[in-house]
Amino acid sequence: MFSPYKFEIESLNAWFGSKHVLKNINMKIKEKAVTAVIGPSGCGKTTFIRCLNRMHEIVPGAKVSGRVLFNGIDIYNEDVDPVQIRRKMGMVFQKPNPFPMMSIYDNVAAGLKLNGIKDKEKLDSVVERSLKLAILWDEVKDDLNKSGASLSGGQQQRLCIARALAVEPEVMLMDEPCSALDPIATAKIETLIRMLAEDYTVVIVTHNMQQAARVSDFTAFLYLGELIEFGPTKEIFENPKSELTEKYITGEFG
Amino acid sequence: MANYKIRKIKDRFMCILVWLALLMALIPLFSILGEVVLKGASSINVNFLTQPTPTVGEAGGGVANAMQGTVLAVGLASLIGVPIGLMSGIFLSEYSETKLSPAVRFFNDVLNGFPSIVIGIFGYTIIVLSIGFSVMAAAFALAIIMIPIVTRTTEEALKLVPATVREAAIALGVPRWKTIVSVVLSGAKKGIATGILLSLARIAGESAPVLVTMGYWRWWFAGLDKPVANLALNIYIFAISPFENWQTLAWGSALVLVTLILGISVIVRIFTQEKY
Repeated sequence: MFSPYKFEIESLNAWFGSKHVLKNINMKIKEKAVTAVIGPSGCGKTTFIRCLNRMHEIVPGAKVSGRVLFNGIDIYNEDVDPVQIRRKMGMVFQKPNPFPMMSIYDNVAAGLKLNGIKDKEKLDSVVERSLKLAILWDEVKDDLNKSGASLSGGQQQRLCIARALAVEPEVMLMDEPCSALDPIATAKIETLIRMLAEDYTVVIVTHNMQQAARVSDFTAFLYLGELIEFGPTKEIFENPKSELTEKYITGEFG
Repeated sequence: MANYKIRKIKDRFMCILVWLALLMALIPLFSILGEVVLKGASSINVNFLTQPTPTVGEAGGGVANAMQGTVLAVGLASLIGVPIGLMSGIFLSEYSETKLSPAVRFFNDVLNGFPSIVIGIFGYTIIVLSIGFSVMAAAFALAIIMIPIVTRTTEEALKLVPATVREAAIALGVPRWKTIVSVVLSGAKKGIATGILLSLARIAGESAPVLVTMGYWRWWFAGLDKPVANLALNIYIFAISPFENWQTLAWGSALVLVTLILGISVIVRIFTQEKY
Protein backbone atom coordinates (compact mmCIF):
# COMPACT_ATOMS: atom_id res chain seq x y z
CA MET A 1 0.00 0.00 0.00
CA PHE A 2 2.06 2.88 -1.27
CA SER A 3 1.04 6.37 -0.37
CA PRO A 4 2.99 9.53 -1.23
CA TYR A 5 1.65 11.00 2.00
CA LYS A 6 3.47 10.75 5.33
CA PHE A 7 0.52 12.10 7.27
CA GLU A 8 -3.17 11.96 6.46
CA ILE A 9 -5.09 14.07 8.92
CA GLU A 10 -8.81 13.47 9.12
CA SER A 11 -11.23 15.71 11.05
CA LEU A 12 -8.69 16.56 13.71
CA ASN A 13 -10.03 18.54 16.66
CA ALA A 14 -8.09 19.64 19.71
CA TRP A 15 -9.00 21.28 22.98
CA PHE A 16 -7.31 22.83 26.00
CA GLY A 17 -9.89 22.29 28.71
CA SER A 18 -13.06 23.74 27.19
CA LYS A 19 -11.20 25.87 24.65
CA HIS A 20 -11.57 24.47 21.15
CA VAL A 21 -8.24 25.27 19.50
CA LEU A 22 -8.28 23.11 16.36
CA LYS A 23 -11.48 22.72 14.39
CA ASN A 24 -11.98 19.85 12.01
CA ILE A 25 -8.64 19.88 10.20
CA ASN A 26 -8.29 17.71 7.08
CA MET A 27 -4.91 17.69 5.40
CA LYS A 28 -2.42 15.41 3.71
CA ILE A 29 1.30 15.98 4.24
CA LYS A 30 3.62 14.79 1.51
CA GLU A 31 6.68 12.66 2.11
CA LYS A 32 10.16 14.21 1.70
CA ALA A 33 8.86 17.72 1.31
CA VAL A 34 8.66 20.79 3.52
CA THR A 35 5.19 21.75 4.66
CA ALA A 36 4.86 25.12 6.36
CA VAL A 37 2.04 26.00 8.74
CA ILE A 38 1.40 29.74 8.92
CA GLY A 39 -1.17 31.93 10.63
CA PRO A 40 -1.47 34.67 13.22
CA SER A 41 -0.57 34.05 16.88
CA GLY A 42 -3.03 31.85 18.71
CA CYS A 43 -4.46 30.26 15.57
CA GLY A 44 -3.45 26.75 16.66
CA LYS A 45 -0.26 26.25 14.63
CA THR A 46 1.74 24.92 17.55
CA THR A 47 -1.12 22.75 18.77
CA PHE A 48 -1.45 21.33 15.27
CA ILE A 49 2.18 20.28 15.05
CA ARG A 50 2.06 18.86 18.57
CA CYS A 51 -0.89 16.69 17.59
CA LEU A 52 1.30 14.99 14.98
CA ASN A 53 3.59 13.34 17.54
CA ARG A 54 1.12 13.15 20.42
CA MET A 55 2.84 15.89 22.42
CA HIS A 56 -0.44 17.80 22.78
CA GLU A 57 -1.84 15.29 25.26
CA ILE A 58 0.98 15.66 27.81
CA VAL A 59 -0.46 19.01 28.88
CA PRO A 60 -3.07 18.49 31.63
CA GLY A 61 -6.58 19.10 30.33
CA ALA A 62 -5.66 18.69 26.66
CA LYS A 63 -7.93 16.58 24.43
CA VAL A 64 -7.82 15.38 20.84
CA SER A 65 -10.34 13.76 18.49
CA GLY A 66 -10.13 12.65 14.88
CA ARG A 67 -7.53 10.59 13.07
CA VAL A 68 -3.89 11.19 12.21
CA LEU A 69 -2.60 8.50 9.86
CA PHE A 70 1.18 8.18 9.97
CA ASN A 71 2.45 5.79 7.26
CA GLY A 72 -1.17 4.68 7.01
CA ILE A 73 -1.56 3.88 10.72
CA ASP A 74 -3.74 5.96 13.04
CA ILE A 75 -1.43 7.18 15.81
CA TYR A 76 -4.43 7.83 18.06
CA ASN A 77 -5.48 4.19 17.90
CA GLU A 78 -5.67 2.65 21.37
CA ASP A 79 -2.96 0.07 20.65
CA VAL A 80 -0.41 2.66 19.57
CA ASP A 81 2.29 3.53 22.10
CA PRO A 82 2.92 7.30 21.97
CA VAL A 83 6.56 6.74 23.00
CA GLN A 84 7.17 4.64 19.87
CA ILE A 85 5.50 7.30 17.70
CA ARG A 86 7.66 10.07 19.16
CA ARG A 87 10.82 8.08 18.44
CA LYS A 88 10.00 8.22 14.74
CA MET A 89 9.64 11.99 14.74
CA GLY A 90 12.20 14.57 15.70
CA MET A 91 10.89 17.75 17.25
CA VAL A 92 12.56 21.15 17.41
CA PHE A 93 11.06 23.74 19.71
CA GLN A 94 10.57 27.48 19.59
CA LYS A 95 13.28 28.18 22.13
CA PRO A 96 16.48 26.15 21.96
CA ASN A 97 16.25 23.66 24.84
CA PRO A 98 19.46 21.64 25.15
CA PHE A 99 19.68 19.53 28.30
CA PRO A 100 21.42 21.94 30.69
CA MET A 101 23.44 19.43 32.70
CA MET A 102 24.80 17.60 29.67
CA SER A 103 27.77 18.18 27.40
CA ILE A 104 27.37 18.80 23.67
CA TYR A 105 28.20 15.16 23.01
CA ASP A 106 25.72 13.87 25.58
CA ASN A 107 23.00 16.16 24.26
CA VAL A 108 23.26 14.65 20.81
CA ALA A 109 23.61 11.12 22.16
CA ALA A 110 20.78 11.58 24.69
CA GLY A 111 18.03 10.01 22.58
CA LEU A 112 20.08 6.85 22.05
CA LYS A 113 21.64 6.69 25.50
CA LEU A 114 18.32 7.15 27.30
CA ASN A 115 16.88 4.37 25.19
CA GLY A 116 19.62 2.01 26.27
CA ILE A 117 22.27 2.16 23.54
CA LYS A 118 25.73 2.07 25.14
CA ASP A 119 28.06 1.04 22.30
CA LYS A 120 30.67 3.81 22.36
CA GLU A 121 31.67 3.45 18.71
CA LYS A 122 28.10 3.60 17.52
CA LEU A 123 27.42 6.66 19.70
CA ASP A 124 30.58 8.40 18.44
CA SER A 125 29.62 7.89 14.83
CA VAL A 126 25.99 8.96 15.39
CA VAL A 127 27.09 12.12 17.22
CA GLU A 128 29.48 13.05 14.43
CA ARG A 129 26.98 12.28 11.67
CA SER A 130 24.16 14.20 13.37
CA LEU A 131 26.31 17.23 14.12
CA LYS A 132 27.52 17.25 10.50
CA LEU A 133 23.95 16.99 9.24
CA ALA A 134 23.03 19.93 11.46
CA ILE A 135 26.03 21.88 10.08
CA LEU A 136 27.44 22.29 13.57
CA TRP A 137 30.30 19.78 13.56
CA ASP A 138 33.04 22.17 12.43
CA GLU A 139 32.14 24.68 15.13
CA VAL A 140 32.05 22.26 18.07
CA LYS A 141 34.22 19.25 17.16
CA ASP A 142 36.95 20.32 19.62
CA ASP A 143 34.55 21.20 22.43
CA LEU A 144 32.31 18.14 22.57
CA ASN A 145 32.70 17.95 26.35
CA LYS A 146 31.63 21.51 26.95
CA SER A 147 28.14 22.27 28.23
CA GLY A 148 25.47 22.55 25.56
CA ALA A 149 24.29 25.70 27.31
CA SER A 150 27.64 27.40 26.57
CA LEU A 151 26.80 27.69 22.86
CA SER A 152 25.18 30.70 21.20
CA GLY A 153 21.42 30.68 20.59
CA GLY A 154 21.75 29.70 16.93
CA GLN A 155 24.26 26.98 17.74
CA GLN A 156 22.01 25.69 20.52
CA GLN A 157 19.14 25.40 18.07
CA ARG A 158 21.31 23.45 15.62
CA LEU A 159 22.41 21.29 18.55
CA CYS A 160 18.72 20.58 19.23
CA ILE A 161 18.26 19.70 15.55
CA ALA A 162 21.28 17.35 15.77
CA ARG A 163 19.78 15.81 18.90
CA ALA A 164 16.51 15.19 17.07
CA LEU A 165 18.30 13.76 14.00
CA ALA A 166 20.40 11.38 16.10
CA VAL A 167 17.50 9.00 16.70
CA GLU A 168 17.06 8.70 12.90
CA PRO A 169 13.49 9.95 12.70
CA GLU A 170 11.37 9.85 9.55
CA VAL A 171 9.87 13.24 10.20
CA MET A 172 11.17 16.55 11.55
CA LEU A 173 8.58 18.69 13.31
CA MET A 174 9.79 22.25 13.82
CA ASP A 175 7.87 24.71 15.94
CA GLU A 176 9.02 28.21 14.97
CA PRO A 177 12.65 27.10 15.12
CA CYS A 178 14.02 30.52 14.20
CA SER A 179 11.84 32.82 16.26
CA ALA A 180 14.55 33.32 18.88
CA LEU A 181 17.42 33.67 16.39
CA ASP A 182 19.11 36.47 14.47
CA PRO A 183 18.99 36.66 10.64
CA ILE A 184 22.35 34.93 10.11
CA ALA A 185 21.48 32.00 12.35
CA THR A 186 18.05 31.90 10.70
CA ALA A 187 19.60 31.66 7.23
CA LYS A 188 21.74 28.74 8.39
CA ILE A 189 18.75 26.88 9.73
CA GLU A 190 16.75 27.54 6.57
CA THR A 191 19.55 26.08 4.42
CA LEU A 192 19.54 23.11 6.75
CA ILE A 193 15.78 22.64 6.39
CA ARG A 194 16.08 22.53 2.59
CA MET A 195 18.83 19.91 2.89
CA LEU A 196 16.82 17.83 5.35
CA ALA A 197 13.87 17.74 2.96
CA GLU A 198 15.85 15.44 0.67
CA ASP A 199 15.60 12.62 3.19
CA TYR A 200 13.00 13.66 5.71
CA THR A 201 9.46 14.90 5.81
CA VAL A 202 9.61 18.33 7.41
CA VAL A 203 6.68 20.17 8.97
CA ILE A 204 7.55 23.68 10.09
CA VAL A 205 5.43 26.16 11.99
CA THR A 206 6.35 29.76 11.33
CA HIS A 207 4.84 33.17 11.73
CA ASN A 208 7.37 34.54 9.28
CA MET A 209 5.72 34.44 5.84
CA GLN A 210 8.92 35.11 3.95
CA GLN A 211 10.38 32.10 5.67
CA ALA A 212 7.45 29.93 4.63
CA ALA A 213 7.85 31.18 1.05
CA ARG A 214 11.59 30.49 1.09
CA VAL A 215 11.73 27.03 2.59
CA SER A 216 8.46 25.24 1.99
CA ASP A 217 6.94 23.22 -0.83
CA PHE A 218 3.45 23.32 0.65
CA THR A 219 1.79 25.86 2.90
CA ALA A 220 -1.18 25.55 5.21
CA PHE A 221 -2.86 28.70 6.48
CA LEU A 222 -4.62 28.37 9.82
CA TYR A 223 -6.91 31.00 11.24
CA LEU A 224 -8.75 30.76 14.57
CA GLY A 225 -8.27 27.01 14.65
CA GLU A 226 -9.54 26.38 11.13
CA LEU A 227 -7.60 25.35 8.07
CA ILE A 228 -8.40 28.17 5.64
CA GLU A 229 -6.23 27.14 2.75
CA PHE A 230 -3.71 24.44 1.93
CA GLY A 231 -1.73 23.90 -1.25
CA PRO A 232 1.62 24.33 -3.00
CA THR A 233 3.46 27.28 -1.51
CA LYS A 234 3.75 29.02 -4.86
CA GLU A 235 -0.02 28.98 -5.34
CA ILE A 236 -0.78 30.11 -1.82
CA PHE A 237 1.52 33.09 -2.11
CA GLU A 238 0.90 34.06 -5.74
CA ASN A 239 -2.67 33.10 -6.25
CA PRO A 240 -4.51 32.50 -2.97
CA LYS A 241 -8.05 31.24 -3.34
CA SER A 242 -9.31 32.63 -0.06
CA GLU A 243 -9.65 36.33 0.55
CA LEU A 244 -8.54 35.76 4.15
CA THR A 245 -5.29 34.14 3.02
CA GLU A 246 -4.60 37.01 0.67
CA LYS A 247 -5.21 39.55 3.40
CA TYR A 248 -2.91 37.70 5.77
CA ILE A 249 -0.01 37.25 3.38
CA THR A 250 -0.20 40.83 2.19
CA GLY A 251 0.03 41.92 5.80
CA GLU A 252 -3.43 43.41 6.22
CA PHE A 253 -3.81 41.62 9.55
CA GLY A 254 -1.95 39.15 11.71
CA MET B 1 16.84 69.26 42.28
CA ALA B 2 15.42 69.43 45.77
CA ASN B 3 13.59 66.26 45.05
CA TYR B 4 16.83 64.51 44.22
CA LYS B 5 18.40 65.65 47.48
CA ILE B 6 15.50 64.32 49.51
CA ARG B 7 15.71 61.05 47.64
CA LYS B 8 19.41 60.84 48.39
CA ILE B 9 18.83 61.42 52.10
CA LYS B 10 16.10 58.78 52.13
CA ASP B 11 18.44 56.39 50.37
CA ARG B 12 21.16 56.97 53.00
CA PHE B 13 18.67 56.53 55.81
CA MET B 14 17.31 53.24 54.48
CA CYS B 15 20.84 52.04 53.83
CA ILE B 16 21.81 52.64 57.45
CA LEU B 17 18.65 50.86 58.64
CA VAL B 18 19.47 47.82 56.51
CA TRP B 19 23.03 47.69 57.86
CA LEU B 20 21.74 47.96 61.43
CA ALA B 21 19.32 45.11 60.84
CA LEU B 22 22.12 42.98 59.44
CA LEU B 23 24.25 43.75 62.48
CA MET B 24 21.42 42.80 64.83
CA ALA B 25 21.11 39.47 63.06
CA LEU B 26 24.84 38.80 63.11
CA ILE B 27 25.51 39.70 66.77
CA PRO B 28 23.69 36.70 68.27
CA LEU B 29 25.14 34.36 65.62
CA PHE B 30 28.72 35.38 66.28
CA SER B 31 28.38 35.66 70.03
CA ILE B 32 27.04 32.11 70.19
CA LEU B 33 29.73 30.85 67.86
CA GLY B 34 32.40 32.76 69.79
CA GLU B 35 31.24 31.50 73.16
CA VAL B 36 31.07 27.89 71.97
CA VAL B 37 34.50 28.07 70.39
CA LEU B 38 36.12 29.85 73.37
CA LYS B 39 34.68 27.57 76.02
CA GLY B 40 34.69 24.41 73.94
CA ALA B 41 38.14 24.64 72.44
CA SER B 42 39.88 24.13 75.78
CA SER B 43 38.21 20.74 76.26
CA ILE B 44 39.08 19.46 72.79
CA ASN B 45 42.01 17.06 72.81
CA VAL B 46 42.82 13.56 71.62
CA ASN B 47 41.18 11.94 74.65
CA PHE B 48 38.05 14.00 74.18
CA LEU B 49 37.69 12.82 70.60
CA THR B 50 38.54 9.15 71.23
CA GLN B 51 37.20 8.30 74.72
CA PRO B 52 33.61 7.53 75.69
CA THR B 53 31.64 9.33 78.41
CA PRO B 54 33.37 9.17 81.83
CA THR B 55 31.53 7.83 84.87
CA VAL B 56 30.54 10.20 87.64
CA GLY B 57 33.59 11.57 89.39
CA GLU B 58 36.00 10.12 86.86
CA ALA B 59 38.35 12.66 85.28
CA GLY B 60 38.92 13.01 81.54
CA GLY B 61 36.76 11.04 79.13
CA GLY B 62 35.26 12.27 75.92
CA VAL B 63 32.41 12.25 73.45
CA ALA B 64 33.58 9.66 70.92
CA ASN B 65 30.60 7.44 71.72
CA ALA B 66 28.23 10.40 71.24
CA MET B 67 29.77 11.21 67.88
CA GLN B 68 29.35 7.58 66.87
CA GLY B 69 25.76 7.63 68.13
CA THR B 70 24.79 10.85 66.37
CA VAL B 71 26.26 9.70 63.07
CA LEU B 72 24.47 6.37 63.46
CA ALA B 73 21.09 7.84 64.35
CA VAL B 74 21.28 10.45 61.58
CA GLY B 75 22.47 7.84 59.07
CA LEU B 76 19.67 5.42 59.92
CA ALA B 77 17.13 8.24 59.84
CA SER B 78 18.24 9.27 56.36
CA LEU B 79 17.99 5.67 55.13
CA ILE B 80 14.27 5.97 55.87
CA GLY B 81 13.70 9.68 55.34
CA VAL B 82 15.64 10.39 52.13
CA PRO B 83 13.93 7.85 49.84
CA ILE B 84 10.46 8.71 51.12
CA GLY B 85 11.06 12.46 50.95
CA LEU B 86 12.66 12.22 47.53
CA MET B 87 9.81 10.20 46.07
CA SER B 88 7.15 12.42 47.63
CA GLY B 89 8.92 15.43 46.13
CA ILE B 90 8.99 13.79 42.70
CA PHE B 91 5.31 12.93 43.04
CA LEU B 92 4.37 16.51 43.95
CA SER B 93 6.40 18.09 41.17
CA GLU B 94 5.99 15.62 38.31
CA TYR B 95 2.52 14.24 38.92
CA SER B 96 0.89 17.43 40.12
CA GLU B 97 -2.11 16.89 37.83
CA THR B 98 -3.54 14.32 40.27
CA LYS B 99 -6.14 15.49 42.74
CA LEU B 100 -4.10 14.00 45.58
CA SER B 101 -1.21 16.47 45.19
CA PRO B 102 -2.69 19.55 46.89
CA ALA B 103 -3.65 17.40 49.90
CA VAL B 104 -0.20 15.80 50.08
CA ARG B 105 1.45 19.21 49.80
CA PHE B 106 -0.78 20.65 52.55
CA PHE B 107 -0.19 17.82 55.01
CA ASN B 108 3.52 17.86 54.23
CA ASP B 109 3.62 21.53 55.21
CA VAL B 110 1.65 20.78 58.37
CA LEU B 111 4.13 18.02 59.24
CA ASN B 112 6.99 20.45 58.64
CA GLY B 113 5.54 22.76 61.25
CA PHE B 114 4.95 20.06 63.87
CA PRO B 115 6.82 20.51 67.17
CA SER B 116 9.57 17.89 67.18
CA ILE B 117 8.63 16.72 70.66
CA VAL B 118 5.22 15.66 69.32
CA ILE B 119 6.94 13.62 66.63
CA GLY B 120 9.09 12.14 69.39
CA ILE B 121 6.01 11.08 71.35
CA PHE B 122 4.61 9.55 68.18
CA GLY B 123 7.81 7.54 67.79
CA TYR B 124 7.48 6.53 71.41
CA THR B 125 3.97 5.11 71.00
CA ILE B 126 4.75 3.40 67.69
CA ILE B 127 8.20 1.92 68.33
CA VAL B 128 9.32 2.35 71.92
CA LEU B 129 6.22 0.70 73.37
CA SER B 130 6.90 -2.43 71.30
CA ILE B 131 10.69 -2.77 71.21
CA GLY B 132 11.85 -0.34 73.88
CA PHE B 133 14.08 2.74 73.89
CA SER B 134 16.41 2.24 70.96
CA VAL B 135 18.36 3.89 68.17
CA MET B 136 15.73 2.50 65.79
CA ALA B 137 12.98 4.44 67.53
CA ALA B 138 15.09 7.61 67.44
CA ALA B 139 15.92 7.12 63.76
CA PHE B 140 12.21 6.67 63.05
CA ALA B 141 11.30 9.94 64.79
CA LEU B 142 14.19 11.82 63.14
CA ALA B 143 13.18 10.43 59.73
CA ILE B 144 9.69 11.88 60.20
CA ILE B 145 11.26 15.28 60.87
CA MET B 146 13.37 14.88 57.73
CA ILE B 147 10.66 13.82 55.31
CA PRO B 148 8.78 17.14 54.93
CA ILE B 149 12.05 19.07 54.50
CA VAL B 150 13.38 16.73 51.82
CA THR B 151 9.97 16.59 50.11
CA ARG B 152 9.64 20.34 49.95
CA THR B 153 13.15 21.09 48.73
CA THR B 154 13.00 18.26 46.18
CA GLU B 155 9.71 19.57 44.81
CA GLU B 156 11.09 23.12 44.57
CA ALA B 157 14.32 21.94 42.92
CA LEU B 158 12.44 19.86 40.35
CA LYS B 159 10.10 22.72 39.54
CA LEU B 160 13.11 24.85 38.61
CA VAL B 161 13.91 22.46 35.76
CA PRO B 162 12.23 24.11 32.75
CA ALA B 163 9.20 22.37 31.24
CA THR B 164 10.86 22.71 27.83
CA VAL B 165 13.63 20.34 28.96
CA ARG B 166 11.06 17.71 29.94
CA GLU B 167 9.31 18.18 26.60
CA ALA B 168 12.59 17.79 24.73
CA ALA B 169 13.14 14.39 26.33
CA ILE B 170 9.57 13.24 25.84
CA ALA B 171 9.67 14.30 22.18
CA LEU B 172 12.81 12.14 21.76
CA GLY B 173 10.67 9.14 22.64
CA VAL B 174 11.97 8.78 26.17
CA PRO B 175 9.32 7.32 28.52
CA ARG B 176 8.09 9.63 31.25
CA TRP B 177 9.69 7.77 34.17
CA LYS B 178 13.03 7.75 32.39
CA THR B 179 12.72 11.43 31.56
CA ILE B 180 12.26 12.11 35.26
CA VAL B 181 15.08 9.83 36.41
CA SER B 182 17.74 10.77 33.86
CA VAL B 183 16.96 14.29 32.71
CA VAL B 184 14.90 16.06 35.35
CA LEU B 185 16.62 14.64 38.44
CA SER B 186 20.08 15.29 37.02
CA GLY B 187 19.10 18.89 36.33
CA ALA B 188 17.92 19.30 39.91
CA LYS B 189 20.54 17.27 41.75
CA LYS B 190 22.22 20.28 43.33
CA GLY B 191 18.98 21.55 44.81
CA ILE B 192 18.05 18.09 46.01
CA ALA B 193 21.47 17.51 47.60
CA THR B 194 21.16 20.85 49.36
CA GLY B 195 17.78 19.88 50.76
CA ILE B 196 19.02 16.53 52.03
CA LEU B 197 22.11 18.02 53.68
CA LEU B 198 20.05 20.76 55.32
CA SER B 199 17.67 18.18 56.73
CA LEU B 200 20.68 16.21 58.04
CA ALA B 201 21.95 19.32 59.79
CA ARG B 202 18.54 19.88 61.27
CA ILE B 203 18.13 16.38 62.75
CA ALA B 204 21.73 16.19 63.95
CA GLY B 205 20.87 18.98 66.36
CA GLU B 206 17.48 17.65 67.51
CA SER B 207 17.32 16.69 71.19
CA ALA B 208 13.68 16.50 72.31
CA PRO B 209 12.56 13.63 70.03
CA VAL B 210 15.79 11.77 70.80
CA LEU B 211 15.17 12.10 74.52
CA VAL B 212 11.73 10.46 74.38
CA THR B 213 12.67 7.71 71.91
CA MET B 214 16.00 6.46 73.23
CA GLY B 215 16.88 8.50 76.27
CA TYR B 216 20.37 8.98 77.61
CA TRP B 217 23.04 6.35 77.02
CA ARG B 218 26.65 6.60 78.23
CA TRP B 219 28.14 3.64 76.40
CA TRP B 220 29.13 2.68 72.88
CA PHE B 221 26.71 1.32 70.29
CA ALA B 222 25.33 -1.98 71.58
CA GLY B 223 22.76 -3.02 68.98
CA LEU B 224 19.94 -1.47 66.99
CA ASP B 225 17.42 -2.32 69.70
CA LYS B 226 19.48 -0.41 72.29
CA PRO B 227 19.96 3.34 72.57
CA VAL B 228 23.14 5.08 71.45
CA ALA B 229 24.80 8.17 72.89
CA ASN B 230 23.95 11.49 71.25
CA LEU B 231 25.77 14.83 71.02
CA ALA B 232 22.71 17.01 71.48
CA LEU B 233 21.59 15.04 74.51
CA ASN B 234 25.13 15.14 75.91
CA ILE B 235 24.91 18.90 75.98
CA TYR B 236 21.65 18.78 77.90
CA ILE B 237 22.68 16.12 80.42
CA PHE B 238 26.24 17.40 80.95
CA ALA B 239 25.31 21.06 81.20
CA ILE B 240 22.77 20.56 84.00
CA SER B 241 25.03 18.18 85.92
CA PRO B 242 26.84 19.49 89.02
CA PHE B 243 30.21 18.06 87.96
CA GLU B 244 32.75 20.46 86.54
CA ASN B 245 34.30 17.83 84.29
CA TRP B 246 30.90 17.12 82.73
CA GLN B 247 30.20 20.80 82.22
CA THR B 248 33.44 21.11 80.26
CA LEU B 249 32.36 18.13 78.21
CA ALA B 250 29.06 19.91 77.47
CA TRP B 251 30.92 22.83 75.90
CA GLY B 252 33.11 20.44 73.97
CA SER B 253 30.06 18.56 72.69
CA ALA B 254 28.49 21.83 71.64
CA LEU B 255 31.60 22.72 69.66
CA VAL B 256 31.68 19.32 67.95
CA LEU B 257 27.99 19.56 67.09
CA VAL B 258 28.28 23.11 65.74
CA THR B 259 31.34 22.09 63.72
CA LEU B 260 29.44 19.13 62.32
CA ILE B 261 26.53 21.33 61.24
CA LEU B 262 28.85 24.00 59.85
CA GLY B 263 30.68 21.26 57.98
CA ILE B 264 27.42 20.11 56.42
CA SER B 265 26.63 23.69 55.39
CA VAL B 266 30.06 24.01 53.78
CA ILE B 267 29.46 20.78 51.86
CA VAL B 268 26.14 22.29 50.71
CA ARG B 269 28.03 25.32 49.44
CA ILE B 270 30.52 23.21 47.51
CA PHE B 271 27.69 21.13 46.03
CA THR B 272 25.79 24.17 44.86
CA GLN B 273 28.69 25.68 42.99
CA GLU B 274 28.17 25.85 39.24
CA LYS B 275 29.86 23.12 37.29
CA TYR B 276 29.91 24.99 34.02
